[in-house]
Amino acid sequence: MNEIARVSDFDVKDYLRLNLMPHFMCPGCGHGIALRSLLWAVHELGIDRNRLAVVCGIGCSGRTGAYVDANTFHTTHGRPLAFATGLKLARPDLTVVVITGDGDCLAIGGNHLIHACRRNLDITCLMLNNEIYGMTGGQVSPTTTATRVTSTTPTGNAEPTFDACKLADAAGASFVGREVTRQAPALKNLIRAAIEHDGFSFVEVMSDCTEIYGRKNELGESPEMILSQKSDMVPDGLGNAPDQPFRPNRMATGILARHARPEYGRTYRERSAELRAGTEG
Amino acid sequence: MSSSLHSLQGNKACALAAIAAGCRFFAGYPITPSSEIAEQMSRELPRVDGVFVQMEDEIASLAAVIGASLGGSKAMTATSGPGFSLMQENLGFAAMTEVPCVIINVMRGGPSTGMPTKPAQGDIMQARWGTHGDHPIIVVAPASVQEVYAETIRAFNLSERFRVPVVVLYDQIIAHLIETVELPPKDSIHTVERKWASGTEEGFKPYAETDDLVPVMARPGDGHRLHVTGLTHTEDGFPTQKPDLASRALNRILDKIERNRAEIDKVEQIETADAGTVIVAVGIAARAARRAVQTLRGEGIRAGLVRPVTLWPFPDEALRAATANARNVLVPEMNAGQLIHEVQRVVGGRARVSGLNRVDGEPIPPAAIAQKVRELVADE
Repeated sequence: MNEIARVSDFDVKDYLRLNLMPHFMCPGCGHGIALRSLLWAVHELGIDRNRLAVVCGIGCSGRTGAYVDANTFHTTHGRPLAFATGLKLARPDLTVVVITGDGDCLAIGGNHLIHACRRNLDITCLMLNNEIYGMTGGQVSPTTTATRVTSTTPTGNAEPTFDACKLADAAGASFVGREVTRQAPALKNLIRAAIEHDGFSFVEVMSDCTEIYGRKNELGESPEMILSQKSDMVPDGLGNAPDQPFRPNRMATGILARHARPEYGRTYRERSAELRAGTEG
Repeated sequence: MSSSLHSLQGNKACALAAIAAGCRFFAGYPITPSSEIAEQMSRELPRVDGVFVQMEDEIASLAAVIGASLGGSKAMTATSGPGFSLMQENLGFAAMTEVPCVIINVMRGGPSTGMPTKPAQGDIMQARWGTHGDHPIIVVAPASVQEVYAETIRAFNLSERFRVPVVVLYDQIIAHLIETVELPPKDSIHTVERKWASGTEEGFKPYAETDDLVPVMARPGDGHRLHVTGLTHTEDGFPTQKPDLASRALNRILDKIERNRAEIDKVEQIETADAGTVIVAVGIAARAARRAVQTLRGEGIRAGLVRPVTLWPFPDEALRAATANARNVLVPEMNAGQLIHEVQRVVGGRARVSGLNRVDGEPIPPAAIAQKVRELVADE
């Protein structure tokens, strides 16, 4: 028995649809680490996979859900949070996790993100941020670093980016966190805390796209891209992200915000029950 | 319990019918002239342990409805033209993934913002072909407040039965009309529940072909951990791009509607047995046409009316039979000519097909329809 098996009885294979292997992610893609961290957290929390719903949108992140041996929903581009809102309101007994990407969540789905944060339904949203539109061939995303070359920014990205965690916090998410794929155990712990949190949790996972982003910008192979996360991230986790709005690097990691706010679904049901009691009385 | 008479607005009747049909989830975004449905649902659903949520837009609204339906709830949304346009992508998702849901579209003048408080029938083709790709759909078109009630219940039943989105299409006049409605006793209302998997079936396939082409649905939590995707998928629910499997998957969802028409078709016919002129109309235009038929018959003109209550799939057979001996077919509609294309397809040159169109936000009066028929008959 090896050392890893001794410290944890988690085996990712127990949570995957192995008949779908090999998966179709590119070599070096960070999304696998994110998915493994999610499943590790699910394992530690002892969540019944029959009661786990993973809702995804479109893009590389959108295709990760299918590999999870749970109830998995691959929805329309940018809309997984809206689908999840209906699912969770109808079925509060389910643990609902949304896996989305930087384009899915912040561009086409930006409106749904801010309102999901505001509504504060008990959903965990993992935004896998690889700074690029991978599946469509490497076009610029709302989180692409300024000056980077992409399929649609041949002279370098001229648009400023924004900090998704600050956006989520400002919009009312009651739990906000960020972690890098380089720190898988920390990522697992963060996702675990997010799922345990009662309310809307937003977790930004800094992933990497080696094949069509890193290569084009000479960021190196996967190990180099992942190692570079170390210098770019500040692991204080206290919510004091350095104020550099148009540079996504040097961002804080860990739990960045945690607020006690009423969970929407329960609030709605409590008021409905009061109404019914009043009507009957 | 016996039935009771109520004075109801069309939109209110729609909401009450949804509750009676078992709807327990509503997500929507306010838009004239459909907003009273959302308002009524916000009051009714908490009383029956259901959920109302006002979403940030129409795209989110139908997404939430589909999410709730995937969770096991009977779910609906209500909107009008521009909002219906925004829903089209997710409408296609529901058709592809075979998720039951009901969409009320109260038509108003268009295109674009058009005339929000004026009636129109401009969404007849959008309701059928609005989303991309070939897709199954059922559309019902009530013509009175009483029928709004009945057809909304039938829409839920058809949606659950065939796992297909069902659109209830009516116009601003019917939405805001207040008429006396006979509400049936609750225990007499026929409601349909979708076929649920128990969660214990060996080798369960979420899109397995069944005799009636409608697959059994699995509910999260019951045991079968399924994958749902808008990508073309095989019986196991996972994506495929193999030509034979792709064509089989698409043809099944199209055939499940075509082959089960006996359960879906509904058409009202008035005086068509000997009609030399057949009027084909839906919704409020059909009510004017009904009156015109009365007037014309009084004058000895053999006019009749075919009113598709199930608008899509289109009642080809009934219309073909009704027009077998007709010389003229008239299609009055409150648009520049949409329904007429289907009528022309079915009639196929056996009779002269004419349109009577109005796009100014006003209804077509019975007198205008009667006059047009007189002209057509005189010209025979």
